[in-house]
Amino acid sequence: MRRAAWTAGTVALLLALDLVLPGTLNPYHMQILMLCGINVMLAVSLNLINGFTGQFSIGHAGFMAIGGYGSAMFSLHVGRGWVAALAAGGVPAPIAQGAALLTALALGGLLAAGAGYLVGLPSLRLRGDYLAIVTLGFGEIIRVVIQNVDAVGGARGLPGIPGWADFFWVGLGVAGVLAVSRNLAHSTHGRALFAIREDEVAAEALGVNITAYKVLAFVIGAFFAGVAGGLFAHYLSYLNPNSFTFIKSIEVIAMVVLGGLGSVSGSVLAAVILTLLPEVLRPVKEYRMVIYSLMIIVLMITRPQGLLGTRELSLRRLLGRFRPARETA
Amino acid sequence: MSEFFQQLVNGVTWGSVYALIALGYTMVYGILRLINFAHGDVYMLGAFFAFFAARWLGVARSPTPAGALLVLLISMAGCGVVGYVIERFAYKPVRKSPRLSALITAIGVSLLLENGGILVFGPDPKFFPQVIPASNIPLGGGVTISNQQVIILLVSVALMLGLTFVVLHTRVGKAMRAVSHSHTAAALMGISVDRIITFTFVLGSTLAAAAGVLVALQNPKIEPLMGIMPGLKAFVAAVLGGIGNIPGAVVGGLVMGLAEVMVVAYLSPTYRDAIAFVLLIVILLVRPAGILGRYAAEKV
Amino acid sequence: MSAAPAGSGRDGPALLQLERVTIYFGGLKAVAELDLEVGEGELVGLIGPNGAGKTTVFNLITGVYAPTAGRILFAGRPIQGMKPHRIAHVGITRTFQNSRLFGALCCRDNVCIASHQHARAGLVDAVLRTGRFARDEAAIQRRAGELLEVLGLSAWAEARASELPYGQQRRLEIARALAGEPRLLLLDEPAAGLNPLETEQLMRLIEEIRERFKLTLLLIEHDMRVVMGICRRIAVLDYGVKIAEGTPAEIRTDPKVIEAYLGEEVRADLGAGG
Repeated sequence: MRRAAWTAGTVALLLALDLVLPGTLNPYHMQILMLCGINVMLAVSLNLINGFTGQFSIGHAGFMAIGGYGSAMFSLHVGRGWVAALAAGGVPAPIAQGAALLTALALGGLLAAGAGYLVGLPSLRLRGDYLAIVTLGFGEIIRVVIQNVDAVGGARGLPGIPGWADFFWVGLGVAGVLAVSRNLAHSTHGRALFAIREDEVAAEALGVNITAYKVLAFVIGAFFAGVAGGLFAHYLSYLNPNSFTFIKSIEVIAMVVLGGLGSVSGSVLAAVILTLLPEVLRPVKEYRMVIYSLMIIVLMITRPQGLLGTRELSLRRLLGRFRPARETA
Repeated sequence: MSEFFQQLVNGVTWGSVYALIALGYTMVYGILRLINFAHGDVYMLGAFFAFFAARWLGVARSPTPAGALLVLLISMAGCGVVGYVIERFAYKPVRKSPRLSALITAIGVSLLLENGGILVFGPDPKFFPQVIPASNIPLGGGVTISNQQVIILLVSVALMLGLTFVVLHTRVGKAMRAVSHSHTAAALMGISVDRIITFTFVLGSTLAAAAGVLVALQNPKIEPLMGIMPGLKAFVAAVLGGIGNIPGAVVGGLVMGLAEVMVVAYLSPTYRDAIAFVLLIVILLVRPAGILGRYAAEKV
Repeated sequence: MSAAPAGSGRDGPALLQLERVTIYFGGLKAVAELDLEVGEGELVGLIGPNGAGKTTVFNLITGVYAPTAGRILFAGRPIQGMKPHRIAHVGITRTFQNSRLFGALCCRDNVCIASHQHARAGLVDAVLRTGRFARDEAAIQRRAGELLEVLGLSAWAEARASELPYGQQRRLEIARALAGEPRLLLLDEPAAGLNPLETEQLMRLIEEIRERFKLTLLLIEHDMRVVMGICRRIAVLDYGVKIAEGTPAEIRTDPKVIEAYLGEEVRADLGAGG
């Protein structure tokens, strides 16, 4: 019952905001909000791999690219047709578009998940830093392949993607990632992932199939990165391989590390901060990347656990700080 | 057929450049288990330092072999200093941190050097002066080698021999090998682990600088982001040969150079960068320890 | 196959059998043709000087290493070469010589993880929070609570494992190993670093859990008080070879054992003492 209430409530809230926000915010702020949402999805999904399970994945942009291009191709070649057919049949546009978008996103996510499986498999045998390099290589290969395949636009990019993704859909995506992460964290499967991060040998000795779980982390993380990529594609209506370079992967890693590896709320916080930061630094645009890189170095030296470490932001604990001290027996 | 031998010559030349850079990666990984992402950018700085040194010394206007040598040495020294600074201020504080933190720090340093370079040198490419006028030397059978390629090969081989001598026949070299086995044991033997680590960084950086200068001789266009791809490829070369293994870096570099040249010549130039990653994934799946490496298992 | 000495106290059929188990690490023969049997319900000690290969034997049993030669049978079924997590499923769990707790997790979670293999709810159940998940989770939490209680750790349930005092950490390791509902429990130097009072408590604890959970126990220990105090039977390893096996009384006076621990001259001096 609680579950149903939460779900219905979230959907209602998102619908309400979707109606209200475009009117109250100017397009520039709207865009930043949407990008925040997409980055939150990327950060939280990467956190599943790097934070929960302690694996080194530094090619997340590759999963995003696969999801983006996969869903875009579907929409361009199949989805549009569906919407037209449904519209002719009297189905209202938002519903038809929503259905097509959902299918496109699911497809993009599944393709990315498949890639996650392939990338996760080598983790069976490779130590941390080696795995990092494989994931980096994977991300780069994806980008190079996309750049050289004309069917998806190649280096010129892929224009004309139907812009079906609005605040509601991005918000739904964010809610989905957060729900899955949270439910996973407080379950036996989530605990298995944490155990792998803390001590693989002990985890295995206690019955956790570490290779299966490592691959699982990659698959789930990649799936949501793919969905984020799909939303990105259907929001901007345009895709270019230069959006999915190693730099993008680093930006996502920076978010996860700043927030604290293992903390979902940390990733959310950091994703928002790091999406806003370039905008705030716009006046000193040339220095932006230098500041960024200095920030990463200083963070790693002074506070490697990030803002929240492995803890979660808890309303209860936050309020507890403001309550007056109580007498203890 | 002569085409093939020509590509062979090109491949070996490129390979020695990759080998020089790969040596830095492999030495640092050997003693710190750290992938020094910033190493490729040190290569870039080598080219830039040489550029400014050439201008400052007037070698650009009147090129002489002595001048060229001086430029090379200045560049190597300058990058040695850079290597020292990076190690001391960015890597030393995270030496005891988890590996992921160190990796991210390295990425941060790399980004800093690249973007700092854009800020300081300007994003537009500069043109390295022709300190050695180009000329082609025929080797017979339709195969030619440029004098620049000869210089690259000679300098690379000289540096590699020098490094081998240092590692195998000097006390410092022995200390380096000890530290790469175990910091604790080396420290107990009276070796200053800090100093050896610093020395390794400086050494690797000078080799990368040399590589940068040598490449700039042949491909005069230099810009702040020129180190990214060669750095990544040299890293793959190091892994190919067996990361942590010095002869492995040379072997890996040669394989990398040859593979790249052959792919460009016989397949398609567009896949030039991708071949590095394909090689990487293949070697990590088939033989993660690398061609000459040995995989060390964890003690339970 | 060494004949068990008279009065060895073996209760039932052998639960764990090591037959001529051998392992080489490069050129080093760490364990050499080891024959060992542990009967159901027994409490057997494995002792020997440092480097004798005791932990290696544990690693072989739990699947961390596969033997170069020989067989390991659990309840009659060969388990050598099986992956560690499968061996945990079969009913063998262990503690480690150097605490391998999940430091960032709370004690409760440390224990819950070991119940992993008994969970019936799948991934989808977890994400969608179905009824099956809720029941599973409740059962896991309940069992964890019980174990923490038995091990006297209830007060620390929510504390991070890394914050626990050393003695409690060792207990948590045991609680964790128990959560897997093993038939055979391997304890690797559980008394290491404990003061005499804590050691007493540990001995009583081991007896209690053996009784309560119907366990078979194989114990590596250096503290002779513990070994002589609670083990019914002891096997002695030296340089990977079993040099003696018997009751505590027999082992205490065995000249080969004395020599292995204390050297040849001391053996001559001691005579029949010990």
